[in-house]
Amino acid sequence: MKRSVSDPSEQHRRRENGLMLALVSPALLVILLLIVLPVGWLVWQSVYQDGFTLEHYRRVFTEAIYWRSFALTFEISLAVTVIALLLGYPVAYLANSVPKGWSILILSLVVLPFWTSVLVRAYAWLALLQRSGVINQLLRYLDVISEPLALVHNTFGTVVATVHILLPFMVLPLYATMQKIPGDLMQAGASLGASPALTFVRVFLPLSLPGVLAGCTMVFVLCLGFYITPELLGGGRTVMVSMLVSRNVELYNQFGAASAVAVVLLLGVLLIFAVVSRFVALDRILGQK
Amino acid sequence: MTRLSPARIALYVVCALVLVYLILPVLIIAPISFSSARFLTFPPPSFSLRWYLQYFASPAWMQATRVTLTLALLTVLIATPLGVAAAYAISQSKLRIMRIIHLALLLPLVVPIIIIAVGIFFIYARVGLVATMPGLVLANVMLGLPYVVISVLAGLQSFDPAQEMVARSLGMNRLRSFFAVTLPQIKSSVIAGGVFAFISAMDETIVALFISGGQYQPLTKRMFTALRDEIDPTIAAISTLMTAASFMLVLLASARQRRNS
Repeated sequence: MKRSVSDPSEQHRRRENGLMLALVSPALLVILLLIVLPVGWLVWQSVYQDGFTLEHYRRVFTEAIYWRSFALTFEISLAVTVIALLLGYPVAYLANSVPKGWSILILSLVVLPFWTSVLVRAYAWLALLQRSGVINQLLRYLDVISEPLALVHNTFGTVVATVHILLPFMVLPLYATMQKIPGDLMQAGASLGASPALTFVRVFLPLSLPGVLAGCTMVFVLCLGFYITPELLGGGRTVMVSMLVSRNVELYNQFGAASAVAVVLLLGVLLIFAVVSRFVALDRILGQK
Repeated sequence: MTRLSPARIALYVVCALVLVYLILPVLIIAPISFSSARFLTFPPPSFSLRWYLQYFASPAWMQATRVTLTLALLTVLIATPLGVAAAYAISQSKLRIMRIIHLALLLPLVVPIIIIAVGIFFIYARVGLVATMPGLVLANVMLGLPYVVISVLAGLQSFDPAQEMVARSLGMNRLRSFFAVTLPQIKSSVIAGGVFAFISAMDETIVALFISGGQYQPLTKRMFTALRDEIDPTIAAISTLMTAASFMLVLLASARQRRNS
């Protein structure tokens, strides 16, 4: 018999491997059926309509509504990333430089909004920013303004709410990176006569760059695909790529065009991850939440 | 350390402002929900429970709540065992393909949700799963899986597999040794993963917008539609309840984790 011939440890290894593959297969099947298959279908639908065609891609790249939306999405994502970095870096820096109890408090305040639904937060921003909203009423009460400001149903409102939602994704990787910077280095800089500002710029800042890259990547990529905040707070004028996809499906039944837009967006995201993963480990970017 | 330079003071001020910006929207909803005013006025004119009463008296909102709770519960019951099994295999096996499988299981975090939503909609439309409960549950299991896998993998990292070997050498079979030795030690990360999956299913909106319909619309879909039309304070009441529910779950999970460690 074959079994008696083969090496028992080899046989054990094979059984072990089979068991492990059996254990991952249900989860893998769910992913294959609900991500890989749907995305594959989108790719197919973007190039096939009664025969092979690149018509949908031609439209995406030449028609103004499409490339304008891509340009706007890119601009908004860039703005959101820069603002999130400017707001997030000081917070991560402070959390890293205070005693443990304080840093736990700061970080819990940062992740607190994580646990409220994006939809709830969009509603809160509507309540805060609309014409009769909290902020306008407060400013009028203080006599700062006489007419309510248009704070929402425009790009401004979209950016304010989007930065709010994505800020934790910036702070956490920044903090994780800063934690690994040895405090002695700063002291060494100071003992060699450098001012705190100079030590910060020459020592701390460069060492925190991997965290900056990880945070910026995550925020930028998540922002590229954002849907709820631009839809609810953008007032119909801020048409981001995600809204282009959904409108083509829900309003115009343009499945091919919707698929082409989705594929271009996905390729953009994957390209960014591919480039960035050459500099920072991918699980460092993803494993934060 | 305690010497306050101007730069240090500026840092404190900036951080305080950023933290207020982060917290304010979370805190603003509860007062609105307890206000008697039909339209948004701040500060609220008087305390009232009318928006909560309106919510509990509305058959449509109640039906949506039932859908959300059923959906989140079923998602946890399916995603947790699948995620635990996968994380266990990934951490124990030396097969090279496991690295790729690990990355594949994190795909729901990488691919923009809008793309997932549209793709699933097209597939579901072909097989008749649009506007059904199984369709919703399946999609949310997929979205919840990465949370379970990440959490359980982190738990397994501090677990010594030799312990399970000992149990097996003492005559337990693999399954029993897993339940008797391994599982109790990673219990809190399993629970944390399950809680994340529950909250993710409770809050999920975009996929639901595309694939849910009829009587199987979760709360978030109805809220989204209502928000597009007008700002009804009933939504503030629902939002407050949802936020309270997720905070309670997170506190429970983290209290457990602290007790275990």
